[in-house]
Amino acid sequence: MEYLPNILFTIALIVGIGFFARNVRKLSRNIKLGKNVDVSNDRPQRWKNMAKIALGQTKMVVRPIAGLMHIIVYVGFVIINLEVLEIILDGILGTHRVFAPLGALYDFLIGSFEVLAFMVIIAVVIFWVRRNIIKLKRFIKPEMEGWPKKDGNMILYIELVLMFLFLTMNATDFQLQQMDVAHYTKAGAFPISQFIAPLFENMSASNLILVERTAWWLHILGILAFLNYLYYSKHLHILLAFPNTYYGKLKPQGQFNNVEAVTNEVKLMMDPSADPFAAPVEDAPDPEKFGASDVMDLNWVQLLNAYTCTECGRCTSECPANQTGKKLSPRKIMMDTRDRLEDVGKNIDANKGTFVPDGKQLLGDYISHEELWACTTCNACVEACPVSIDPLSIIMEMRRFLVMEQSAAPTELNNMMSNIENNGAPWPYNQMDRLNWVNE
Amino acid sequence: MSEEIKVKTMEEFMAQGTQPEILFWVGSAGSYDDRAKKISRAFVKILNRAGVEFAVLGPEESCTGDVAKRAGNEFLFQMQAMMNIEVLNGYEIKRIVTCDPHSFNTLKNEYPGLGGHYDVVHHTQYIKELIDNGRLSIEGKVYKEKRITFHDPCYLGRANSVFDAPRDVLKKTNADIVEMKRHKKTALCCGAGGAQMFKEPEKGDMDINVLRTKDALETNPNIIATGCPYCNTMMTDGIKAHEKEDSVTVLDVAELIANSI
Ligand code: SF4
Ligand code: SF4
Repeated sequence: MEYLPNILFTIALIVGIGFFARNVRKLSRNIKLGKNVDVSNDRPQRWKNMAKIALGQTKMVVRPIAGLMHIIVYVGFVIINLEVLEIILDGILGTHRVFAPLGALYDFLIGSFEVLAFMVIIAVVIFWVRRNIIKLKRFIKPEMEGWPKKDGNMILYIELVLMFLFLTMNATDFQLQQMDVAHYTKAGAFPISQFIAPLFENMSASNLILVERTAWWLHILGILAFLNYLYYSKHLHILLAFPNTYYGKLKPQGQFNNVEAVTNEVKLMMDPSADPFAAPVEDAPDPEKFGASDVMDLNWVQLLNAYTCTECGRCTSECPANQTGKKLSPRKIMMDTRDRLEDVGKNIDANKGTFVPDGKQLLGDYISHEELWACTTCNACVEACPVSIDPLSIIMEMRRFLVMEQSAAPTELNNMMSNIENNGAPWPYNQMDRLNWVNE
Repeated sequence: MSEEIKVKTMEEFMAQGTQPEILFWVGSAGSYDDRAKKISRAFVKILNRAGVEFAVLGPEESCTGDVAKRAGNEFLFQMQAMMNIEVLNGYEIKRIVTCDPHSFNTLKNEYPGLGGHYDVVHHTQYIKELIDNGRLSIEGKVYKEKRITFHDPCYLGRANSVFDAPRDVLKKTNADIVEMKRHKKTALCCGAGGAQMFKEPEKGDMDINVLRTKDALETNPNIIATGCPYCNTMMTDGIKAHEKEDSVTVLDVAELIANSI
């Protein structure tokens, strides 16, 4: 039975990572429900954007407090992974502090992990206070009620618990080292946990080992659980921020795509040699749907956007429509898209791999016309997003559907459009009068 | 501004067998909207003064289709675009200047994909060029000691990263240029973009232009400068909503310069 812990550990690891892999597969399948879009251009610029925005956090610091706290948690997270690597090796091999032979470097590493863990605790507490006590405006919008709010807090609690477990583990380890207990190599520096260590001062070695092992196990099991929680949470952004910034928009923000299917039809319409009465070709593919009414009509980058959204609300707090009390919230557009995509994914799972229409769609059942028509296309949301999400592109696709497939634009806009069609201007003036301004 | 201005159409240039330096794309607002027409005239005054050989399309110009596109009518947009491109390419137009950031954006960014490739410049950029090349000199007395704040139009600023040209030009008036709290990349929309100009706003507790004008008024300006006919209308309405029309005026950069030469 000597190897029981190693075996249990290895099983836990395989199960944890296995579940995670399953979720990743589901995630990628759902994203691929989107239409194809060519994002293979300008790779160097894309890498640069990813390095700057995701790795370098350049957009986070636009808001200095949140930005600084975020960087601490982010660096803490990255660095702590070194510690996790040691834990995994120890767990599989049955060793303890397998990197200890690194000597002074090891002491330094453990010491800095502790300092970071402490800073993370402070940052998490500040985050919690901003969400729950100060109630920053952008965290209490209607779309944040229920799960999104719980999810936000849950992550903070998990991080807090993980950090405390890490420090407890070290504190008891430190005590055991002092007592020269076998297996507990004298290694590491404990700038933070030395202050918790006195709590365990009068404990027997066996109790200390019990506490140390419990903390160690809970720490690693917690991390595995957290890994699997990601898929169900806005916290997925810690992974997806990287591809998302890579695939983010490179063109000027004002440049909207020209719908190719429309170009073909317009060319045909304007071509004097085309026969307008030509019979439709047999077995021609279904005419393409213009715009988007459901998630499958969006492209996969837009769906990736939806999974990457961290619900931070920076977009919404910059949105002029939202600031003036309109229903539109770009964050809600992203959350709705993700919710719908998840529902579609579950539908596919339940129906052996094919989507069975459920009488619902993104447009109307999740996002209302009112929200869509309130957008000024000002790009403030796109500019504000710290992970290069483009809520505006989704709004535009749905407007296209409303106008081109359903002729469901507000009346005033229909008037404006028929003016353009008839007079070449949004107002009902004669095109021949276009030069009158010169002589007025 | 009743001063005589000289405008020639592309057709006239054609008849003479010459090409203008630039095409001035007037845009629908600049052609028909009473307030925006003044901006067109002010800009022409500048062009005349600098001796720029420019043309307009006149009745051959049609709506760029930008507003139809933002409203979601890609069909109408592309039809407009292709018609305009036919005319522009027929005249072998190379360089276009416009006072309307929406035309600017769509001509510059969206027309190339449909076969229209031009060097498109916003009028503030062009005025800067004229000043830098010594073709235009500014007296800079009229607005000395006035406080001017510049409202970045979304489709010039955030959408195309043109932030400096209008500011550089404004400095030539010798006025104090004061920035609003949110400016450049974080500027708030005037509320007209995305076809909002042509409809009532959705239900809310305030109109966007009123909020944006509040930003501007916080800088205590004499003049709010804009570089877009729609922003101009929205800010002017905003000033009225704040009952400040007696102390604050809204002027286009072109008007401020036309008054300073
Ligand atoms: S583009 Fe639309 S959704 Fe985005 S900030 Fe502007 S008004 Fe809001
Ligand atoms: S879209 Fe971007 S800015 Fe908006 S909530 Fe999501 S992550 Fe934040």
